[in-house]
Amino acid sequence: MDSDLSPQDKKDLDKFIKFFALKTVQVIVQARLGEKICTRSSSSPTGSDWFNLAIKDIPEVTHEAKKALAGQLPGIGRSMCVEISLKTSEGDSMELETWCLEMNEKCDKDIKVSYTVYNRLSLLLKSLLAITRVTPAYKLSRKQGHDYVILYRIYFGEVQLTGLGEGNHARFQTVRVGVVGTPVGTITLSCAYRTNLAFMSTRAPAEEEGGYTGVEDSQEVCTTSFSTSPPSQMGIPGKEGGVPQQVPVQPCHAAQAEHARASSCLPNDHVPAVPSGSGEDAEASSRSTDGKSVSPRDVMETTFTRKVGAFVNKPGTQVTTASLDLPFAAFAPRAYDIEENDPMVQPPESPATSSPLQGSLHSQGSGESGVPAQDDFVMVDFKPAFSKDDLLPMDLGTFYREFQNPPQLASLTIDVSSQSMAEDLDSLPEKLAVYEKNIDEFDAFVDTLQ
Amino acid sequence: MNCRSEVLEVSVEGRQVDEAMLALVHTILLHRSTGKFHYKKEGTYSIGTVGTQDIDCDFIDFSFVRVSSDELDRVIRKAVGEFKDAMGNGTDGMGQISLEFYQKKKSRWPFSDECIPWEVWSIKVNVVNLANEQERQICREKVGEKLGEKVINIVEVINRHEYLPKMPTQSEVDNVFDTSLKDVQPYLYKITFQITDTLGTSVSTTMRRLIKDTLAL
Repeated sequence: MDSDLSPQDKKDLDKFIKFFALKTVQVIVQARLGEKICTRSSSSPTGSDWFNLAIKDIPEVTHEAKKALAGQLPGIGRSMCVEISLKTSEGDSMELETWCLEMNEKCDKDIKVSYTVYNRLSLLLKSLLAITRVTPAYKLSRKQGHDYVILYRIYFGEVQLTGLGEGNHARFQTVRVGVVGTPVGTITLSCAYRTNLAFMSTRAPAEEEGGYTGVEDSQEVCTTSFSTSPPSQMGIPGKEGGVPQQVPVQPCHAAQAEHARASSCLPNDHVPAVPSGSGEDAEASSRSTDGKSVSPRDVMETTFTRKVGAFVNKPGTQVTTASLDLPFAAFAPRAYDIEENDPMVQPPESPATSSPLQGSLHSQGSGESGVPAQDDFVMVDFKPAFSKDDLLPMDLGTFYREFQNPPQLASLTIDVSSQSMAEDLDSLPEKLAVYEKNIDEFDAFVDTLQ
Repeated sequence: MNCRSEVLEVSVEGRQVDEAMLALVHTILLHRSTGKFHYKKEGTYSIGTVGTQDIDCDFIDFSFVRVSSDELDRVIRKAVGEFKDAMGNGTDGMGQISLEFYQKKKSRWPFSDECIPWEVWSIKVNVVNLANEQERQICREKVGEKLGEKVINIVEVINRHEYLPKMPTQSEVDNVFDTSLKDVQPYLYKITFQITDTLGTSVSTTMRRLIKDTLAL
């Protein structure tokens, strides 16, 4: 009952709860931005740091939180939840965790609002800071960028945990951050996080996971999702702020030695997400039988299918050049008309405007443009050996990926209809004659090398 | 008043000792530090702001949050460094760091001030040596998970909201808080450690026994 609470105390308590909710959201979202947070201690009180903690206020986040609360406060039966999900660059998403700020009926009448409750709320925020670095989503969020982004969604009302696990049994664990008793109820802060992080693609033709459609639907119904990823990824405005857009197809280099890198020849230069072993391969190969493989200037048509060795020709997805009796026939470019109908090449109709939130939600690093894709798989980030995952615009992984795809060698772009090979062969004797004449020069050169 | 005592145990590899200890001690101190107090004329006080900082471990797949105070960090690192040195290098061993929060109680002359602990955290460390890189890699991840569990344990204990010293008046503040730092104000604490030799007996208990025996004569 509020009758025991003085009006001033009630006012203070409401204010504390409101700002506590806003700060909680800030802490959670900032912890999923993918960068290290650092704020300064200040011995002289500034008067504006709630709960005596230096927690930055990102305006968009505050705005979203206030919008979700819509003037109400978390209370009994009215919980404020922050849902963190992962969205791959090809559009699949997975809920990772849900943080819930709830209140139950257990009241602590004797507690002093302005003092004890305030200090305990401060302690709870510190605990939240510590716990947000411990759940599995933290590590994922630190590595976000090219393959996936982390999104957040704030909603108010009933807690929804269905997206955290597939199938009949929920696969999530709960960690309680803490509780603070107040005269009007006990505030509890907890996190339910998914334990099964095996990524299930929603693109598999038959099985659409119920959880995903659920998430998508709820994203429609409730408040918008915003990306916490770097701004370099152009977003589809509104809902999924951080989803990278498809960029025009780029030519790929032919020779890909490692199987793991094979996927970089995919159209749109999508960052490979081939895991080193594992189950995702099976899904990917089933997906790849869709036949979505072509890139106009791409030479490695066969590398789109996983589990198939590099350079292996697959019938049906291949073009006639393979049947030509040319050396390196597989490297010859394909006929261009295939690309017109290829959905992978045509970008979807989404407008190119980036989410207005990108600006302030970005981290300094990973400035590289997130590349697109309609790709078969995702989820694995390429970690070059010995490279430190600094948040530099051009980290080693990015550099490696970029320079993996230099333009094609002129000598390999054989025009199918030309007789250039024959001409080359004909001109050989002449060239040989010239070289024989200059044989002394060549010998001298070789000597200098020794 | 009873002093509550909490025990945390971790098993780490030799080069992870520093970071594991830092992670746990800093997590505890994060919760046991406030901003600097500024007392005003009427007996009220205002509290400064505590900043926080994310720290990534190099040898463990783990990140933790500590208060933004280089001074405090230096003090803790020094203590943890001494512990690491005492543990020795290259050998398996067990040791324990104790982080004790206490209050000073002024006594009349000639007795010196009493230190009354109100919360003691004992972090037991078991150091193992690993043979190859693969094991070390697994250890990185495992220790990271373990530390995560320990952080959750710490938070659980803290959130029981059990005894905390009363907020002191200006004259008493040094009996409750460590006011020596410029930017934050942790509760008075001290860090001690014990090394257990491989025989399982603690060196300090052996010494204590010897002294007691001598005095008993």
